[in-house]
Amino acid sequence: MAFSKPSSPIAGSNSTRLARLEHLSRQMRRGILEKAYAAKVGHIGSALSVADILSVLWGGILRDAGTQAPGRDRFVLCKGHAALGLYAAMHFIGRMDQSTFDSYCMDDTHLGVHPEPTIPGVDVGTGSLGQGLSVACGLAVGLRLDRSPGRVYALLSDAECNEGQVWEAAQFAAHHKLDNLTALVDANGTQALGRTEDVLDLSPMARRWEAFGWQAIEADGHDHGSLLGAIEAPRDGRPRMIIAKTVIGKGVSYMEDRVAWHYKSMNADEFARGLAEVDGGLEEAAA
Amino acid sequence: MRNAFVDGLVELALADPSVMLLTADLGYNVLDPFAHEFPDRFINVGVAEQNMAGIATGLAMTGRRVFIYSIATFATLRCFEQFRNGPALHNLPVCVVGVGAGYSYGNLGPSHFALEDVAIMRALPNVRVVAPADPDQARSAVRAIGAIPGPAYLRLGKGGNPTVPGLDGRFAWNLPEIIRPGSEIAMIATGAVAPETVAAADRLALKGIQARVAVMAHLPPEPTEELTELLRGCRGVLTVEEGRVTGGLGALVAQTISQGGLNCRLQMAGARGELAGPVGSREFMLAGQGLDADSLADQALGLLKRKTATAKT
Repeated sequence: MAFSKPSSPIAGSNSTRLARLEHLSRQMRRGILEKAYAAKVGHIGSALSVADILSVLWGGILRDAGTQAPGRDRFVLCKGHAALGLYAAMHFIGRMDQSTFDSYCMDDTHLGVHPEPTIPGVDVGTGSLGQGLSVACGLAVGLRLDRSPGRVYALLSDAECNEGQVWEAAQFAAHHKLDNLTALVDANGTQALGRTEDVLDLSPMARRWEAFGWQAIEADGHDHGSLLGAIEAPRDGRPRMIIAKTVIGKGVSYMEDRVAWHYKSMNADEFARGLAEVDGGLEEAAA
Repeated sequence: MRNAFVDGLVELALADPSVMLLTADLGYNVLDPFAHEFPDRFINVGVAEQNMAGIATGLAMTGRRVFIYSIATFATLRCFEQFRNGPALHNLPVCVVGVGAGYSYGNLGPSHFALEDVAIMRALPNVRVVAPADPDQARSAVRAIGAIPGPAYLRLGKGGNPTVPGLDGRFAWNLPEIIRPGSEIAMIATGAVAPETVAAADRLALKGIQARVAVMAHLPPEPTEELTELLRGCRGVLTVEEGRVTGGLGALVAQTISQGGLNCRLQMAGARGELAGPVGSREFMLAGQGLDADSLADQALGLLKRKTATAKT
């Protein structure tokens, strides 16, 4: 086995934590659909794909997330086009007020499709694929030099790993043993013009990162317990890469695993059906 | 000029513990004074300029002042977008240090000619672009860059750049430093091609023409009052730069004259034509672009002749 598996499933004592994170994910999915529909913009599938990862990070992992505390954990949304998912996470954990969240993609907002550093709580503005992991490396070195308890988390898309700069950063992080750095790949297997395996095959993803000197862990990107287990597994001195297996458009049946929902925006009927599906989830949780 | 930069950076780092230096595996021996003095504040990131720009962004976000060093083409063109989306967008104190301005590496060929770097860096509104004329001015520029809160581009020659007489290492933001008084025409130079400009002024002096000579090391994105004032008293001006005039000093002066409504003729000396072609020493390359002292003197004279012809009609 060239790479590690996540630790055993979360025990019963964590059931409250898991229920809370699952509820947060459902709230986020509803918020994502509402804001995307109001703004008539796409990238919905990507935001839904990372909703559970962001729920776990922002709702359960990041210390002092979205504050200016010097020892806070830092988060870099390398795949900036999923920013709506980030805004939803920040909003539903109480780090972004309603009117700001409502301004998504409206005129005179800072909340564009890609996150700007002018948004309180967003440390790194992103949008051009391939660049975020390098910034995360710089943050990790800086925090280590400061002997800060802060850790760095970076979320990449799988197709983002087409970019050469990602592998420059991968080499650097391994060479400098940045064990305060955790990266996650949103491995939904789709990219703008097709399936990753057809456009530029990335497999075997975990072995590639292992070969570059990272501790690679595979996880179910929609299973909160699996993600927590991978993130909280014991460190071995190497930077960590979590290959989070996800489905684009997760939670809305007609979007799931459809390349079109990388860009497409919803019509009224699609919005109503999508909302009913994620609201069904909310009702289930309340019952 | 490289050594003066490093000496200046060591001085800066002694006073400011936040200063770090990153290199993309270039600067053999040159960077040793810093690396030996501050081993924990020096990183050779390997041959990876894009990653270096990103790492510098992250380091600066943790409160550091970061200098990133490479050959000017690689330090700017290769990682322009990373620099734009990182230090420029986030307004962070990251200074790109590009060595080998213009034709400094003449016989290394077009891949090593830094000709477009000034134009692209000047296009970023909050980036301070600085091309020192000699080693002493480079040292002063490092000090000045060490005091600003945002990003910068420091464009250096390489080794062996002579001292520019009359400059005495002076450097100030927005300011053309006048190194020789004169009346009829002005010559404004930026960067390590300033000595050729002074030599051209010497040739003009032999003909009884006293050209005013200025060094404009800081190349702001928009015209400045100081530059406008310098040009206001001139009948003609020759700009001299070791790089493309498009987007460089020539373009800045043209914009200054135009916006200021100044009655001043302009001749722009700089890199023109195709990238591909015969290569050779820096002197050979400069002569081929009309940037040697004789050519510059001729261009200045041409400016006067045209001016006279216009006056007679």
